[in-house]
Amino acid sequence: MADVILEMRNITKTFPGVKALDNVNFSVTQGEIHCLVGENGAGKSTLMKVLSGVYPHGTYSGEIYFEGKECKFQDITDSEEIGLVIIHQELALIPYLSIAENIFLGNETAKNGVINWNEAISRTRDLLKKVGLDESPNTLITNLGVGKQQLVEIAKALAKKVRLLILDEPTASLNESDSDALLELLLQFKEHGISSILISHKLNEIEKVADSITILRDGSTIETLDSRKGHVTEDRIIRGMVGRDMTHRFPPRDSKIGEVVFEVRDWNVYHPIHEGRKVSNNVNIKVRKGEVVGLAGLMGAGRTELAMSIFGRSYGTRISGTAYKNGKEVDLSNIDKAIANGVAYATEDRKAYGLVLIQEIKDNITLANLKAISDYDVVINEPKEMSVTSGYREKLNIKCSSIRQMALNLSGGNQQKVVLSKWLFASPDILILDEPTRGIDVGAKYEIYTIINRLASEGKAIIMISSELPEILGVCDRIYVMRDGKIVGEMPASDATQESVMKCIMTQQQEVMAA
Amino acid sequence: MKTLSTLFKNNIREYGMLIALVAVMLFFQVQTGGILFKPVNITNLVLQNSYIITMALGMLLIIISGWIDLSVGSVVAVIGALAGVLIVRYNVDWFVTILICLAVGAAIGAFQGYWVAYIKIPAFIVTLAGMLIFRGLTFILLQGESVGPFPVDFQRISSGFIPDFLNVFNIPNFHLTTMVIGILLSIVLIFMDFRGRQNQDKYGFEVTPFYFFVLKNLMITAAVLGLCYLMASYKGLPNVLILLFVLISGYTFITSSSVIGRRIYAMGGNEKAAKLSGVNTSRLLFTTFVNMGLLAALAGIIVAARLNSSTPNAGDGMELDVIAACFIGGASASGGVGKVIGAVVGAFLVGVLNNGMSIMGVGIDWQKVVKGLVLLAAVFFDVYNKNKN
Repeated sequence: MADVILEMRNITKTFPGVKALDNVNFSVTQGEIHCLVGENGAGKSTLMKVLSGVYPHGTYSGEIYFEGKECKFQDITDSEEIGLVIIHQELALIPYLSIAENIFLGNETAKNGVINWNEAISRTRDLLKKVGLDESPNTLITNLGVGKQQLVEIAKALAKKVRLLILDEPTASLNESDSDALLELLLQFKEHGISSILISHKLNEIEKVADSITILRDGSTIETLDSRKGHVTEDRIIRGMVGRDMTHRFPPRDSKIGEVVFEVRDWNVYHPIHEGRKVSNNVNIKVRKGEVVGLAGLMGAGRTELAMSIFGRSYGTRISGTAYKNGKEVDLSNIDKAIANGVAYATEDRKAYGLVLIQEIKDNITLANLKAISDYDVVINEPKEMSVTSGYREKLNIKCSSIRQMALNLSGGNQQKVVLSKWLFASPDILILDEPTRGIDVGAKYEIYTIINRLASEGKAIIMISSELPEILGVCDRIYVMRDGKIVGEMPASDATQESVMKCIMTQQQEVMAA
Repeated sequence: MKTLSTLFKNNIREYGMLIALVAVMLFFQVQTGGILFKPVNITNLVLQNSYIITMALGMLLIIISGWIDLSVGSVVAVIGALAGVLIVRYNVDWFVTILICLAVGAAIGAFQGYWVAYIKIPAFIVTLAGMLIFRGLTFILLQGESVGPFPVDFQRISSGFIPDFLNVFNIPNFHLTTMVIGILLSIVLIFMDFRGRQNQDKYGFEVTPFYFFVLKNLMITAAVLGLCYLMASYKGLPNVLILLFVLISGYTFITSSSVIGRRIYAMGGNEKAAKLSGVNTSRLLFTTFVNMGLLAALAGIIVAARLNSSTPNAGDGMELDVIAACFIGGASASGGVGKVIGAVVGAFLVGVLNNGMSIMGVGIDWQKVVKGLVLLAAVFFDVYNKNKN
């Protein structure tokens, strides 16, 4: 048995009114990848905050031992000093500083306060090589994609002589190939004796890299599974997380598909800043009544851009092409008109684009259709608003103390349900859902799928963008594959497998690369 | 009493402000030997602060939108100057002048709103430019000197009082109409609060305990009747107070119950989300600036009428009092948060500080220090509460 590098004993952390962690025991051995899983609110992030010193010693009970020594961190610098580095879900890089500047921020290669840039840059070069990022150290962070930024974060951790790397949902906003690269990197680190703790909702990744898996539920450790001793299946993990066997990750569907409701023809969109760059290239898609159409592709393939350009031209310039609803051309030239014509778009980034976080749940739900709860279209009828929004709370099972609670304090899954409620209340015929289950836990995902099914059976036409292939296959009737702004494939979901869809994406890529 | 304390905790900001205002008023009442609450002084307090409150209403909407307007002091000056030039130099009818001034104010707001909302230049810069431009234009219009006096009708806007229609009873030194208005207003307020409570109850929402409802209405009634009594013992209700009452009620309604108000909060809270929900954020922001220009023009008219002349330095530094009133009243500098009643109480707090310290003979130097500290303390209180939660 390998040496235990980290041991957390009987950790209990309470917030006013809630016991977030209840006697949690957690240990990591030298050179392993230890996955931490659990539904949202299970206490994963809290545990990691205790570990990294965000919650200082004394605000929790229990002990932490790192390499045999007891640790009493007062803040995050204490934990970083001994080689414990946490990379948060929301990246903490400064956009208008360069890679090198970011990597050595707070840890500058300086003597008497004067920075030695040559050293910083040459060390950055080495670090970037280690993480496999082919960029100049002087590149500004803002010019990098999320996947590359993630790598910079890891390089930053390496610069701090990391012994134990903690990653909080590192792949949540990455596409499959970037995710794979990242996981590959973790495996490499393992070879070099760096242990990692990986928090993730993506069970396939866990299956791929985990040496052991600890499951948290409701603030307690449920079990630790050792995948070195035998294969741990996704279903096994899910059973531990939700406390029940979820043989069906996707609710069964009974599709009743009707006539074509919505169609986009010869759709072209140019990038708003990089002139001449086409983000949608002669796109033709259609969706039928009661049908769920999936839009698969890598991140950056232009799926979100396509959806937003259709939704009231909220993205891009020089948009050309025509949209038809029920066979008739419709005017979607601004968001107001798009909503009025029955098109809705639920964004992939609910915090930045979907919700007014500092407003109440009810205000968020009614925002896109205020007139429906107003007298003479001008005066808000509050009782009406309350009863309408309470209805959605019940129908979509939004877990909250009151419909007047701030959206800020909801979990990811419940926030997503608020976003969905908002668009349902706008009563669209065509609903575009962009990554509707991103960053939410398995139980909430199932609920979202159920809602999607119900909407389809009510006759709505749904376009779902998703980066998770199992989800596309499990929920959709038909799949479009998008790459580089083009639709490169179309197939019924019944004929498709993860491999075939992936192949479609990759084959096209190779062809282009060869060309 | 547990419910009362939780109720207080949940609304600590609003009640805290009111308590602070009352405490400050009592403090000055004692320190000034009872001058503060004299009818003439209370009337003065209202007259002195009317333009600050008028502008605070517009500023609040801009701050909720997430921006700021530094130009309002200069707009007050340029509109005052315009009024002076039109009435005194060109003998334009005073009522026509008011209409022209309001239109010009709205145009100034539209001018600044255009740069902010459509060209996306930060409001801080646009209105800083506006501050210089309109101050300069004031000097140009007035050619560097004061213009006045104004006709009596125009002065009445600021210094007039409502006529005593009920003077038939001939009570000496008592403005009966004022008192009757106060009583009617109290009844209307109690009735409205009662109806709102009933409505909430009907829809099964949590209502405040009944004794709290009684206590609250008793206090409000006492304040309204007390104020009206004080006014009635002097010259009655000032015209400006009626105007203020209409404005405050109107803007309270807009912010709390109208579609446009809700959209302004949403835009300030998350502009992108509001935009993607079909809110025309550019037009909305433009509108809040037009509204600000209109209210600044109104304030400019009130100031000119009160001073009975247009002076080049009118409104100098006023933008800071207006902005301070909003922030003291709980508005958030990052947008999306703020209440009309808060801004009004904040403006009164600043006004009482000015007034009380002036009576006590505290110099303008120390007045500024105290006001600055109060602003800092109020915002600290906000931040502290937010972090504690």
